Amino acid sequence: MAVLAYIELDNGSPKKTSLEAVAYASKVAEQFGTEAIAVSGSVSDDLSKLGNYGASKVLQTSLTEISASTIANLLNKVVEITNADTVILPKGITTDLAAALLTVKIDASIGTNAIELPNFDNGFAIKKGVFSGKAFAEVTLTNAKKVVTIKKNAVELQATDSEAIVDTLDFSPETSRITVKEVQKQEGDLLLTDADIVVAGGRGLKSADNWNIVEDLAETLHAATGCSKPVSDMDWRPHHEHVGQTGINVAPNLYVAIGISGAIQHLAGVSSSKTILVINKDAEAAFFKSADYGVIGDAFEVVPKLNEALKNA
Amino acid sequence: MCISHVPDTNAKLNFTSDAPELNGVSCVIGPYDDFALARAVEIKTQTKGKLTILNVGDKSTEPSIRKALAIGGDDAIRVDAQPTDSFFVAKQIAEVAKNGDYDLILMGRESSDYNGGVVHGMVASLLGLPCVVPCTKLDVEGDKAVMQREIDGGKEVVEAQFPFIAGCQEPIAEWKIPNMRGIMMARRKPLKVVAPVEVDLPTQTGNYSTPPARSACQIVDADNLGELVRLLKEEAKVL
Repeated sequence: MAVLAYIELDNGSPKKTSLEAVAYASKVAEQFGTEAIAVSGSVSDDLSKLGNYGASKVLQTSLTEISASTIANLLNKVVEITNADTVILPKGITTDLAAALLTVKIDASIGTNAIELPNFDNGFAIKKGVFSGKAFAEVTLTNAKKVVTIKKNAVELQATDSEAIVDTLDFSPETSRITVKEVQKQEGDLLLTDADIVVAGGRGLKSADNWNIVEDLAETLHAATGCSKPVSDMDWRPHHEHVGQTGINVAPNLYVAIGISGAIQHLAGVSSSKTILVINKDAEAAFFKSADYGVIGDAFEVVPKLNEALKNA
Repeated sequence: MCISHVPDTNAKLNFTSDAPELNGVSCVIGPYDDFALARAVEIKTQTKGKLTILNVGDKSTEPSIRKALAIGGDDAIRVDAQPTDSFFVAKQIAEVAKNGDYDLILMGRESSDYNGGVVHGMVASLLGLPCVVPCTKLDVEGDKAVMQREIDGGKEVVEAQFPFIAGCQEPIAEWKIPNMRGIMMARRKPLKVVAPVEVDLPTQTGNYSTPPARSACQIVDADNLGELVRLLKEEAKVL
């Protein structure tokens, strides 16, 4: 018995979503009267601090290439060693695939995209958004072993002073059958899915050259930048900034939509945002119906003025 | 080419606590699957290969299967069962794959109903094959494919030998619309209905609820943005 949490590092420190995975695992462990163990594919001096969020132990190993299949194999091995029955992973492109691979390996039930702690009233059920945000459903995981991927903000972080024991694990990954030829990564930029604030622009900005007002506002707010589908289709912005049903799903505390009309496919990607601010010159834009705050006006006037107001506040 | 059959994103859906009410709701090929299907047809044409459309669903999914055949599939297999669990679906796909001689198994990165995005990975794990997801570009070069896949915060160019599985996402190809000739021909293309393999379901989905409506949008005057900043700080507490 144990609950595992998979940890991803960013510049040597655990990502916030990984801290949430530890906090989630520790709440599940508490329910079952067992311990939460964090598993990291990278080595770091900061890992003992995962105890602050409830991990009693950390198993670290030093992988050169962290692919989904390597993560799945690593977690599979730790499940065998620790006799763990539940594995929590933070949602992400690589971790989602790792979770799917692991589920088959250990004959588990999988719950994806959990938005809050499990409901233990009738076993183990996770709550998730379904039909692209149109509803929530509960998925009851009935196998003895369980794998859960959690969305950002699925659990509130409360740090204590406890420290975790860090052990190094001996693990040699298999050679991947997928060869990586080239990596293009945004350096220094905040990840859309991790950001607490997202500023996104749509067709209303008229041209790729006008993106500076979006970027300036994002900089003031320490926000990530996103865009609507037409904008990425026209190559004004790269596809990995496309927020919406067939792009990236975000759930920030604040989503600022500038010149985006609010098509249902776009709303599907932002509906879990805590607060939505819409800036649009068309008072009839559908997005206002799904927003908390709205400003009716020309983006080229409103956005720089808002930026000034934020700087002066 | 595995397709899901899901409610049109634009359709309004109602939910009882036990299930979505899908009677009379217009259903379509999953939007991600549609991108994968478009690329599958292009690859088939380029390699002079054969393209099989696969769906796990009851008879009501046949219009989507026929549409995929009209777009360019050669034949189709429908596993006659409700796709209520991702592992169940993955098992059915793996079973069909074992009985066929497929070089490439394509599907969308996720279905737009339950948004799990795990079926491709599960099929890969069941068959012991590599899985590339989300695959945004796929070019066949002899016995391997050169692909682009998204990673957290960027993208990679990767290569894999056939056979493998890819979960696709735009801009892998432009959606295709069937033409009249395709629609006519699709009626005569073979569609085989097979019984599902038995699987103990590892999950049960229920207890549906709809998100609470957002309270009405507060419109702030464009000349009073200081007030907007105050509201975001003090009322919404997001700054």
